[in-house]
Amino acid sequence: MEQLWTALFTIVAGIAGAALYFWGSNWLLDRVFPAHAGDRSAASRNIARAALIRPWLFLGPALIALGLYLVYPVFASIWLSFHDRGGQGFVGLANYRWLVSDPGFRESLFNNFLWLLMVPAASTFLGLVAAALTDRIAWGNLARSLIFMPMAISFVGAAVIWKFVYDYRGEGSEQIGLLNAVVVAFGGVPQAWIAVPFWNNFFLMVILIWIQTGFAMVILSAALRGIPEETIEAAVLDGASGIQIFLRIMVPQIWGTIAVVWTTITITVLKVFDIVLAMTNGQWNSQVLANLMFDWMFRGGGDFGRGATIAIVIMVLVVPIMVWNIRNARAEAGDR
Amino acid sequence: MLPGTRSPLAWVVHLSVVLLVLLWTLPTAGLLVSSFRDKDQIAVSGWWTALSTSSQNLVFRAPAGEGEEIVDGRYVLTGSVLEGPGGGRVSAFGFSSRAPAAFAPGETAELKDGVRLVVTGDGAFELSGAESFAGTRGQRIFYTAEVPPRFTTANYANVLTAAGLGRSFLNSMTVAVPATVIPILIAAFAAYALAWMRFPGRALLIAAVVGLLVVPLQMSLIPLLKVYNSVGQAFGFDPKSYIGIWLAHTGFGLPLAIYLLRNYMAGLPREVMETARVDGATDFQIFTRIVLPLSFPALASFAIFQFLWTWNDLLVALVFLGPQDDKLVLTGRLVNLLGSRGGDWEILAASAFVSIAVPLLVFFSMQKFLVRGLLAGSVKGG
Repeated sequence: MEQLWTALFTIVAGIAGAALYFWGSNWLLDRVFPAHAGDRSAASRNIARAALIRPWLFLGPALIALGLYLVYPVFASIWLSFHDRGGQGFVGLANYRWLVSDPGFRESLFNNFLWLLMVPAASTFLGLVAAALTDRIAWGNLARSLIFMPMAISFVGAAVIWKFVYDYRGEGSEQIGLLNAVVVAFGGVPQAWIAVPFWNNFFLMVILIWIQTGFAMVILSAALRGIPEETIEAAVLDGASGIQIFLRIMVPQIWGTIAVVWTTITITVLKVFDIVLAMTNGQWNSQVLANLMFDWMFRGGGDFGRGATIAIVIMVLVVPIMVWNIRNARAEAGDR
Repeated sequence: MLPGTRSPLAWVVHLSVVLLVLLWTLPTAGLLVSSFRDKDQIAVSGWWTALSTSSQNLVFRAPAGEGEEIVDGRYVLTGSVLEGPGGGRVSAFGFSSRAPAAFAPGETAELKDGVRLVVTGDGAFELSGAESFAGTRGQRIFYTAEVPPRFTTANYANVLTAAGLGRSFLNSMTVAVPATVIPILIAAFAAYALAWMRFPGRALLIAAVVGLLVVPLQMSLIPLLKVYNSVGQAFGFDPKSYIGIWLAHTGFGLPLAIYLLRNYMAGLPREVMETARVDGATDFQIFTRIVLPLSFPALASFAIFQFLWTWNDLLVALVFLGPQDDKLVLTGRLVNLLGSRGGDWEILAASAFVSIAVPLLVFFSMQKFLVRGLLAGSVKGG
């Protein structure tokens, strides 16, 4: 309880502090460069000077936080990746050399590529199908809501939910996991799904696909609704079938949105950590980069050099998407 | 939306959606049902059988002489094998593990040394013999029980107190609420500056924010951990503090906050602001009196995102708050339980639902804002 009061107090103090900073610094600025000075030229000079400074007052806290928490770490990580486990001694390229020869890293990289191939594709495809189907029925909103729901569930919560689905009991005893029960009902042999090397990757991916499909569906559904009616009506007049209209007329018009959904899910995939940690913790050849990095960060007191090196690899994989996003944003700003 | 969808095709559509919805809800439903089931039942039957009677093979050990009476010169022990609430019916019984269901209820089983055992359908047993049962190990009675469906909230009561989930719930709240409020404050001002103030370097800053949107968290962990440790050492306090994690979540949430809010604010009508400016309002006044109230939908969208993200986060909490028992957030507690109580599904199911109850509540009550925020954040980029 005491802790909640502390939190509440901090929120109030934080808001008050922020308000005081923004209000106070603005007040000070207006005092130093008063807009109603004696003669007109002094006043306009003051207004111009205040206008030069004021944006930075508004931006200040955000820039400091962004700088410390996101920009500085990029450079610090690069620096750390050339240093030993404590971050003191310079070791040159030793961490990178270790990385290339480390079987754990190769396994993670391979698995990550599997994830990158499967999860964005499957989520986007299923999201598109769900969006197209739910748009055509009366209870579509309810259906969308339910498919979207896993989005609110934490990766760890989802891992528990799916671990229960994959639960395995020895052959002959009653299966309490849904998947094995279905397999047995069809005469199959129950499996410990998450412990089968290589294939277990796909069972872990199902969890993320389950979470991300709702996201893809919501965005693609809005994009589908934004398609001009005329294009569809024209196709109908030309005698196109429903599926033809969908594939030839509607999908091409939302390529841009599909790309955004795809890249957003790709970023999520690169950062996926909780699911693997909770389900297998990298056992049975299911390691991924983010979990490997976390592992090295704390293993045996922590190896910051190797951890930072793995982080750099993740960052390098993200950079193309980052560049693409920035170019898009700039192009869009140019349109305005 | 598509024309020409009548009769057979319409059925296919409905069926496909039903299938999709089932696939997407069954896993959660299974865990929800299980969290209310009796722990013995979870272990022996699938949750989909929760409403039907289940039969369980159980063992009961009769007491070693306590409560025995002498009737007609024989020592008689009575009692019930079906202890505790819930009850059920005995459908068969036996006295050795080799033939645990050798006798029907009401039959008399002859054990060695003239001992006789009767178990009736309601679970009552009568054990009688020529000698006292005191000093023996207690006769084992094997029986098959037909147990009716039983639902209980005991699992929840159990995890909230014994498993430390109550504590973790408070911790999660303590992390998530300030970590949602602080970035909104900071981002709102920055977003206004980026949307409505003219200054050199503005376009560059906007591009930088877009770039920072995708910087993986993993990049920041080690350098920040080092910074936190040295700051903690220099000023002599614990580097793993709530303030530390609030600020970390603030830093990581800011790019999205600024991006969403700037996009929204930039779309506000220019005339409103210009009128106010002509009337002599300063930027500060325009921001607090006009832009902030008008931006409520965008603020709400981001607040929901950030709350869900901080509540559901595991990585940042593990790194900046640590894995000690008294500071574990719900997600961390769940991971621990998966390791230590991996087979106790009643514990795991109830714990998982405690942890996802709040996000689900937020999700279903504010879905409108969530969707709006998603659209603002993604479609524009295309």
